[in-house]
Amino acid sequence: MTGKIIAGVLAPHPPHLVYASNPEQNEPRSEGGWETLRWGYERLRKSLFEHPDKKPDVILVHSPHWMTVLGHHVLGLPHFKGLSVDPIFPHLFRFNYDIKVDVDLSLLIAEEGKNEGLITKVMTNPDFRIDYGAITSCYLTNPDFDIPIVAISSNNSPYYFSNEVGQQQMEKLGRATARAIARSGKRAVLLASNSMSHRHFTTEPEIPEDMSAEHIYHHGQYLWDMEMLKMMREGKSRQLIDCLPEFMDMALAEVKAGALTWMLSALDFPSYKAEVHAYGSVIGTGNAIVEWDHFTNAKGLAGGGK
Amino acid sequence: MKSEVTSKSPSPVKTLKTPAGSLITACYIVPGLPQPLMASEKNPGWKRLREAMENVRDEIAASDAEMILYFSTQWLTVLGYLFQADKNPKWTLVDHNWHEFGSVQYDFKVDAEFASVYAREVKAMGHYVREVNYRGFPIDTGTVVAQKLLNPTNRLPAAMASCNMYAEKQETLSIGQAAMRAIEKHGKRVAVVCVSGLSSRYHTEEIPFEKDFISSAKDDEWNRKILEILGEGNLEDVSEVAREYSKQANADMGFRGIWWLNGLVGKTNDFTGHVFGYEPIYGTGNGVVGLYPKRAIKSVPGWVNDEADLVERFAKAPPRATAPMPSSANAHASAPSKSAASATSSSALDKIVTFEAPKSSAKASEKNVSSKKAPPPVGPYPHAKRVGDFLFLSGVGPRKPGTKEIPGVQLDAEGNVVSHDVEIQTRAVLENIEAILEEAKSSLKDVVDVQVFLTDMDRDFKTFNRVYGDYFGYVGGPSPTRTTVEVTALPTPICVELKVTAFLGSK
Ligand SMILES: [Fe+2]
Repeated sequence: MTGKIIAGVLAPHPPHLVYASNPEQNEPRSEGGWETLRWGYERLRKSLFEHPDKKPDVILVHSPHWMTVLGHHVLGLPHFKGLSVDPIFPHLFRFNYDIKVDVDLSLLIAEEGKNEGLITKVMTNPDFRIDYGAITSCYLTNPDFDIPIVAISSNNSPYYFSNEVGQQQMEKLGRATARAIARSGKRAVLLASNSMSHRHFTTEPEIPEDMSAEHIYHHGQYLWDMEMLKMMREGKSRQLIDCLPEFMDMALAEVKAGALTWMLSALDFPSYKAEVHAYGSVIGTGNAIVEWDHFTNAKGLAGGGK
Repeated sequence: MKSEVTSKSPSPVKTLKTPAGSLITACYIVPGLPQPLMASEKNPGWKRLREAMENVRDEIAASDAEMILYFSTQWLTVLGYLFQADKNPKWTLVDHNWHEFGSVQYDFKVDAEFASVYAREVKAMGHYVREVNYRGFPIDTGTVVAQKLLNPTNRLPAAMASCNMYAEKQETLSIGQAAMRAIEKHGKRVAVVCVSGLSSRYHTEEIPFEKDFISSAKDDEWNRKILEILGEGNLEDVSEVAREYSKQANADMGFRGIWWLNGLVGKTNDFTGHVFGYEPIYGTGNGVVGLYPKRAIKSVPGWVNDEADLVERFAKAPPRATAPMPSSANAHASAPSKSAASATSSSALDKIVTFEAPKSSAKASEKNVSSKKAPPPVGPYPHAKRVGDFLFLSGVGPRKPGTKEIPGVQLDAEGNVVSHDVEIQTRAVLENIEAILEEAKSSLKDVVDVQVFLTDMDRDFKTFNRVYGDYFGYVGGPSPTRTTVEVTALPTPICVELKVTAFLGSK
């Protein structure tokens, strides 16, 4: 059977959302916070898991916090267990993870990436620590971690040249991913683990979850986010991609790491409308949970890379 | 090209003589990539780098240093500054990119007390700080590699400080200087290690490890030049060209490590320098450098951040700004100007350093005036000075009183000006002037002369003039003489400054 992408998701990874959820795996405790976004993830989970035919076999995540300088790396061992401490917010995120990896699909992506002319590498060091970005997006999408994942690194090198060169690589990686999924015969969800506008406060309130201190960093940044979300909601993913390099510069956007481009390319730049499950700020950065429901809107399509 | 820049053979271990009274025994710059530690057998250059670092290790061991302080450009923070405060951090490091070289078990001895002292110094400067004492906190590859090679048996306690990736030159220099104050308070002799690479352009294609080379000839040339200057001990000179070097050769984290180091030693060239080695690692440039103080290094009393730096940066801002808002056809039509108007402080503004107003001079005929309601000065000058019947105000900008926030300016991530709103800024300037005059029991009515400085006459004069008219020149209002000139730059990212003189008479 040909594999299918059932959804692509813009799935931001502020560790604050894990902290606020108080899962037993996370060491620090909180009084909650950032409900708008957490409830958005709840709506995403409902959308992904409620329909038995839609339920994914594998979750792919591209995180900007696994940074590589040579090529795109994928996790290449079936199981990773350990403690991931966020180097920026260690007081909020110290997560004991236990994660299964779909190595078959990882290998297919590495192979198809090479076919696209990309450098790909398979990470097989058992001591490797999974980054907090991937864990956060995966936890919020599937708190039980009962679905194996494929984690893909962010390759930083093309950005020595320009944002555009970086984006071109990510389009290729997206096509490679779509072909790999088709070959795998699996139903896959793609998580682009990125916030939107990324300018943030340089201090934090005494109680990190003090919501009276939370708001978007500034209005211009908010307008940028809304402009981007509008395109997503109108199904203008090509136009969205064209605007990304400017968005990256103007709003310091984390999409620079390329996850959104990768995901939309794998979906072959859908023209149907995406569903915004939530938008909210975390220490001033803009974050949106947005789903491209490929299962409903592109029935029978394997995604891009035809 | 000077030949000593290319390492051939390890130099003999020097017996260092710490200058009398100096708490700094020596400063070192070492690379933080894992190859010298984990894969030195794969490339002769990587091996030479390892040997160079082992030379540094022996030199430190033979010195009277009591502690090693690391500042690594790989320990990046975006929120203030972090300090390692776990007395015994233990974990297994696997590099994000070089995982194929295996894992490094570490078990370090940290001087947590120093972390506290240093954190307190940085906090007192108004920064967010955190002492990190968490099991499993990921110590960066750079610090681990340096510590493993330079202090392999934990003979000396170590201190580890982070690098804020958004901090500019001025802030990074000051964070370095804060380390010197902390060292003095702590009282131990310290070998200072800045973990930083040179040019940081990796090969983007796979190469056989044994065939490594610097990925660009231009980078190589710059690296050699930088090492030549460091080899002469001229740290301050390198710090001054760091920005250009970064632009030209993609220096590691904007060569912030050098700013930190130069700040720590109080911005000086007073060193003897030695280059232990220079080699490529997967296209990047990596040098091992020793800097030996010629005199005792001490913290600088009343250390001030160079305002010159603000001028250097903001003078380069694009003079004719472009609209910062989304520009696609269906963008909110009114967004650009509205948003520029409501623009708020950017982290770049946090770098503006303000001063306590100087106390009045001894002369009885002079009296300094300073107002709590006006923004603190950015240099050692009072808000105003009364001499006889006249009150002379220092140049006044639009910065908001009590803050570093500048109304009506939008900056990009680098702190470059994206747009200005002269109307907002002019009003803010005049409000600040009113506050200062009020402090001297005066008001705008007493103003007899105004000098106006605009950074963009073409764009701003008309608007400025209109707003000015609201305060001066209306029927029955004050009508001071006025001179208006265009200037290339003002010390902070503002577009208007006013210099005012008032006649107080017998008031
Ligand atoms: Fe992030």
